[in-house]
Amino acid sequence: MKLTWSDVTPKSSWLNRRSFLAAGAALAASPALGLTGKPSGFSTDAEPNSLKDITNYNNFYEFGTGKEDPARYASALTTDPWSVEIGGLVERPGSYGLEDIAPDNELEERIYRLRCVEAWSMVIPWIGVPLASILNRVGVQPSAKYVAFETLVRPEEMRGQKRPILDWPYREGLRLDEAMHPLTILATGLYSDPLPNQNGAPLRLVVPWKYGFKSIKSIVRITLTDSEPFATWNALQPREYGFYANVNPQVDHPRWSQATERKIGGGLFGGRQETLMFNGYADQVASLYEGMDLSRQF
Amino acid sequence: MRQQVNGLLRRVPVWTVWLAGLLPLTLLLWDTLTGGLGIDPVRDIEHRLGRTALYFLIASLAVTPLLRVAGVSLMKFRRALGLLCFTYAGLHVLSWLSMDMSFLWAQMGRDIIKRPYLLLGMTGFALLAALAVTSNNASIRHMGAGAWRRLHKLVYVAAPLVALHWILALKTFPVTPGFWLLVILALLGLRVAIPRPLARKRQIA
Repeated sequence: MKLTWSDVTPKSSWLNRRSFLAAGAALAASPALGLTGKPSGFSTDAEPNSLKDITNYNNFYEFGTGKEDPARYASALTTDPWSVEIGGLVERPGSYGLEDIAPDNELEERIYRLRCVEAWSMVIPWIGVPLASILNRVGVQPSAKYVAFETLVRPEEMRGQKRPILDWPYREGLRLDEAMHPLTILATGLYSDPLPNQNGAPLRLVVPWKYGFKSIKSIVRITLTDSEPFATWNALQPREYGFYANVNPQVDHPRWSQATERKIGGGLFGGRQETLMFNGYADQVASLYEGMDLSRQF
Repeated sequence: MRQQVNGLLRRVPVWTVWLAGLLPLTLLLWDTLTGGLGIDPVRDIEHRLGRTALYFLIASLAVTPLLRVAGVSLMKFRRALGLLCFTYAGLHVLSWLSMDMSFLWAQMGRDIIKRPYLLLGMTGFALLAALAVTSNNASIRHMGAGAWRRLHKLVYVAAPLVALHWILALKTFPVTPGFWLLVILALLGLRVAIPRPLARKRQIA
């Protein structure tokens, strides 16, 4: 068990801090809350979507299946205190706080394209740290081949979980080399503010060359394993959602083509743009899949 | 009571149904122009048009059971309800062609063949189109009442197809379109449960 700042701070001032944070959340511009990330060479120069777009158009079935449900209901979720249980095939298993996982001085800004499996896309300025940095810190054992992730289950605060829409908790996984890739980050912020709840506060995965559903939100558990982990959508409908879920214009979803996408925020006649292999990150990631038949292992 | 209601309905002109039926379209236009739609207005426009079309389809299917069960006749409004349904269905398809797919004909063509929900939707739309173009007195006269009636029984096929189209378009099993499919099946079931001759006998008695 590793101590975090909330453990060593007296309870009374800790509670004060929470009410201070709550008050600050109302003043979005509050400098005490601001996050800054160092600019990164991995960022795209595409124009990011507005904060309004990014925070009001979400798939986060824990809060409901409608795109507007997360913005409407996610404020019920308590994200402080928060800890992530890291275990499995690691040298230093334990419960880690946010400050351990994403220390302020290591934060980077990563402006990434996001491509949803539903054939829409956005550009999002995340703030976070490479997943590899935390995995290296906890020490990955040589036998580990995959990383499994789990979202919180708390139906009192996550109203969507009161119905068995999905097999809760939401789970996802990556192969170890995908997880260690420098493009893969754990995000704690968005547009120089802490991550809004509907976007997966306080800590979410972002894997920009895969369909959005791989980028699991509100992570409470990370487990290193030697076998392919359970993945929620893949288990529900393996024909529609592969384990890899790499963005691929040549492999259609059974119910729609993936050849093109509609960028959110484009207006009524914004049109469609061509979907790029690996969402435009092919130069960086195509080598991870050499020798694989991506129409079968999609 | 029933006679009073029917007497009142007889005095309501059909154009009032058209006027009321175009209200959802007016509201949609208003929301579009004033920014009252969500982050993805294209999806909102497309989905609202589709839903409204289904509701008018259900309304037109409810006319006969309402007459047989409650004896209330909305018969003279049925054509308007059906044509309103087709108006919204047409705009729904048009919004898909233009705003959603931006006229990528080849991709749309491939999609319709490969995607069950699109195939069902398009089949439903083609059936409704056949009913809409024959929804005038000249067609009834030209075709003869029997043939016209047989053709318009296609609505019994179109309605469940359209509801299935909505269900299959979504990722997990959805409650709302599932409910409307049940309503459609119940309305069709009522036609079997209370056949016409029985209703006539009751009216005579």
